Amino acid sequence: MDIKVLGTGCTNCRNTVALIEEVAKAKGVAFKLEKVEEMRDIMAYGVMRTPGVVIDGKVVHAGGVPARDKIEQWLVAA
Amino acid sequence: MPGGRVFTGMSTLIAPFKRWPARQPLTFLLLAVIVWFALYQTLDPAAEALVAVLSVPRDSHLGGALQFFFYDTPKVLMLLTGVVFVMGMINSYFTPERTRALLAGRSEGVANVMAASLGIVTPFCSCSAVPLFIGFVQAGVPLGVTFSFLISAPMVNEVALTLLFGMFGWKVALLYLGLGLSVAIVAGWVIGRLKMEAYLEDWVRDMPRTSAQFEAQGRTLADRMDGGFAAVREIVGKVWPYILGGIALGALIHGYVPQDFMASFMGREVWWSVPLAVLIGVPMYTNAAGVIPIVQALLAKGAALGTVLAFMMSVIALSLPEMIILRKVLKVRLIATFVSIVAAGILLVGYVFNAVL
Repeated sequence: MDIKVLGTGCTNCRNTVALIEEVAKAKGVAFKLEKVEEMRDIMAYGVMRTPGVVIDGKVVHAGGVPARDKIEQWLVAA
Repeated sequence: MPGGRVFTGMSTLIAPFKRWPARQPLTFLLLAVIVWFALYQTLDPAAEALVAVLSVPRDSHLGGALQFFFYDTPKVLMLLTGVVFVMGMINSYFTPERTRALLAGRSEGVANVMAASLGIVTPFCSCSAVPLFIGFVQAGVPLGVTFSFLISAPMVNEVALTLLFGMFGWKVALLYLGLGLSVAIVAGWVIGRLKMEAYLEDWVRDMPRTSAQFEAQGRTLADRMDGGFAAVREIVGKVWPYILGGIALGALIHGYVPQDFMASFMGREVWWSVPLAVLIGVPMYTNAAGVIPIVQALLAKGAALGTVLAFMMSVIALSLPEMIILRKVLKVRLIATFVSIVAAGILLVGYVFNAVL
């Protein structure tokens, strides 16, 4: 599973990365997590709020740290 | 963070009840309103009773300070929780995508007023300022209108207004609302007149235009209520230490320190106090809640209201870190123009206030 977190490095972005890693490890999902911090690349995904989360090329979340149960749903669905 | 722990503790505590409001959202809201008002009514007698229990003479300095603290802390926290919850629900109607669709293609003037007003109700976090900026410009929202939004969104928000209302009364809150909106509308309009599109960074100008099309997702009342709960967890969970600090400081001043201590150098007779307040405010970076303790202290010491509001606006609206982030999308000349116009607006607000009141 290919996960990207879009964000310029604010606290919420770091918290999002940490939370996704934690949930994915707890569920034993194999994943590759990448932080996209360059503004130009972030905008290419068309999000207007950060942090954004992209899973396998699809934007699933924008704005604020996602809730834990939401992350669990993404990891199951993909 | 201690706040986070308190709130996770609380959320596990209320977890069993959480499914019930989701099933009966309307009943829950009605009950919540009734309980809220009932509690709010008992705050004053409860604070008096608490001071009496501690057997501190009510008319002593300590008694006055304690009563102030015991009454104001729950009052402001309750106000904030209520307002943030309601705004969390309202926010779900005004996503940035919808706001953008409302503003795209509209002519300036009216659009500046709309943008500034929408800035109050659209959820906004300063770390999203740049993506929002680009998203707006890309979809054809005029530059000046985008700036009206970007100035108003952080400066005029429910947290600032609620705290001002809770601590200094509705007049101060209303004045802040009116003046904040005016600064955002006029500054955005002026920037629009100056035709500064050339001072966007090249890659921003060259980005493909996107459409501002927006599809509303059907959301139930329970969904929106979840938004309200999330907003309370996030915002109240983050700002309560500042509020506590502000009120404690206020209580100390209330009970002990002589009035008019600040009046000599921040009173209304001192002409340079407003520019000084703005100058000090710009490099400071904190949110509306963080600046409240300082505002509390300044006002209580006899600083003029216009000067203090100008200080508060410059702290929230103009900040060095935000300039650095904006530098990624704006050329220096546009940033400088933005800062000087907003600063001029805030100065004017400070002077007008001090002159009128």
